[in-house]
Amino acid sequence: MPVETAPPLQSKPARVWTRPHLLDLESLSAEEIVMALDTARALKEVSTRSIKKVPALRGKVMVNLFFEDSTRTKTSFNLAAQRMSADIVDFSVSTSSVSKGETLRDTARNIEAMGIDVIVIRHRVSGAPHLLSRIVKCSVINAGDGSHEHPTQGLLDVFTIRDHFTRTGRLKQTGDASKLFAGMRVAIVGDIANSRVARSNVWALTKLGAQVTLVGPATLIPGDFRKLGVEIAHDFDAVLPRVDVVNMLRVQFERITSSMFPSLREYSHLFGLTAQRLKLASKELLVLHPGPMNRGLEITTDVADGDNSAILQQVANGLAVRMAVLYLCVGANGAAQRSV
Amino acid sequence: MGFLRSRNCIFAVLVVLSRVMQTLLNAAEIEFLLPKLVDQLLADTRLADLSALALVGIKSRGDTLAHRLAAELQKRTGKTVDVGGLDITMYRDDFNERAAITIPQGTDMNFRLDGRNVVLVDDVLETGRSVRAALDALVDFGRPNIIRLLVLIERSKREYPIAADFVGMTLEISNDRKVLVRLKPGDTEDVVYAS
Repeated sequence: MPVETAPPLQSKPARVWTRPHLLDLESLSAEEIVMALDTARALKEVSTRSIKKVPALRGKVMVNLFFEDSTRTKTSFNLAAQRMSADIVDFSVSTSSVSKGETLRDTARNIEAMGIDVIVIRHRVSGAPHLLSRIVKCSVINAGDGSHEHPTQGLLDVFTIRDHFTRTGRLKQTGDASKLFAGMRVAIVGDIANSRVARSNVWALTKLGAQVTLVGPATLIPGDFRKLGVEIAHDFDAVLPRVDVVNMLRVQFERITSSMFPSLREYSHLFGLTAQRLKLASKELLVLHPGPMNRGLEITTDVADGDNSAILQQVANGLAVRMAVLYLCVGANGAAQRSV
Repeated sequence: MGFLRSRNCIFAVLVVLSRVMQTLLNAAEIEFLLPKLVDQLLADTRLADLSALALVGIKSRGDTLAHRLAAELQKRTGKTVDVGGLDITMYRDDFNERAAITIPQGTDMNFRLDGRNVVLVDDVLETGRSVRAALDALVDFGRPNIIRLLVLIERSKREYPIAADFVGMTLEISNDRKVLVRLKPGDTEDVVYAS
């Protein structure tokens, strides 16, 4: 039987992205997360060229639908769309006139009538992007919904971790997606309860096989998180020596309604990342912060601007990740509609 | 038993494939073509300044071919030339036509192309659409002095007005057949198949 001489049709199975929307990281497989990271890695180089633009999304239109204030995420999405040659429309939403579901539905229908290809939405209500994706035919990308998820932030955080530890030789570039981060220990510190960044990070990190510890005051960490396969700790000093990465979340004054911790000073004392506290950690510790920082509260200036900090890399990587997400979702949506 | 039966099923498929796939060039024949391509390149008087030369391969086999040619060139002239790998995914004209979205591999080019003599390298020249996309991609890295096109295999399937300057071999084969190139070290063997 001439089986051994039969040539393989393809050396590697083709990896294909089929999702028209990016609503959360919870529903993504480890393979899909790695596909998005690989696409971002390929697109990161575009920003180093003299002509920082590729024509992939020429003639496509992206709409920003931000029901919540955002400067950096919106700017990052705008720049990402521009680097992919898409056109951008800013749909200003006056927060006062928002009456949740109905208005969102109407707004979405209006926008869709203009013939656009992708809506980037940020909304105070968890699940708003999911609802939107059922109303419209275009792609929907979640730029943060309530305290639910912020998938592009989750992706850029794992991208930054992967990029850094691949360069130091700690992580391998290829292999089983669900074991890509095997052996990596990550602490997410702060207001977990109100943080969509924390949720997206937990999903992405655990899917890739990292060990995650959530650190913060008991009032800000719902015990339910244990069900997601993460550890919960309240003593930052005990956790710090045994982790490779700390992601310092912002204390979100706008979301903390009642008094969740006795004082800012106490919070800073127990959970702030200071130069003094950094001495407890490994020299190779990678420090992340999703921004904007409350300098002196969850992180001190010397740490934020120090050698362990990857905060500015996160911003640069966020651009590449958003370029990748726009390319993958808009492309997959077009492919899905053509096959109907 | 069920396991055995499913394995037999896979074997059957492979046997059918092996009958359809035909080897067009073996490793020795490819090894013979590479120096011939370098001959052609060196005979081009306008590429005489090797320090200005850059070989840029279209991913994912053109870049492997470019590295192999650069090694051959160094063996012959003692000069090393810059080699780049160009990912044209973002420049293709079928973004609105494709049935599925594939993951790009990224471009590796750590030199600028201003004033350089660029030889664009691809494994097979078919419709000319990849080359069209590659030309668009190239000029985003600077303004080359000259761009030439080198291909291992040329077919008669052209849809765009594009011709190669340096050709390993011209293949007369039915247009609906597929030509598949495998090159070391990216692949495990040197071979050209037709299916």
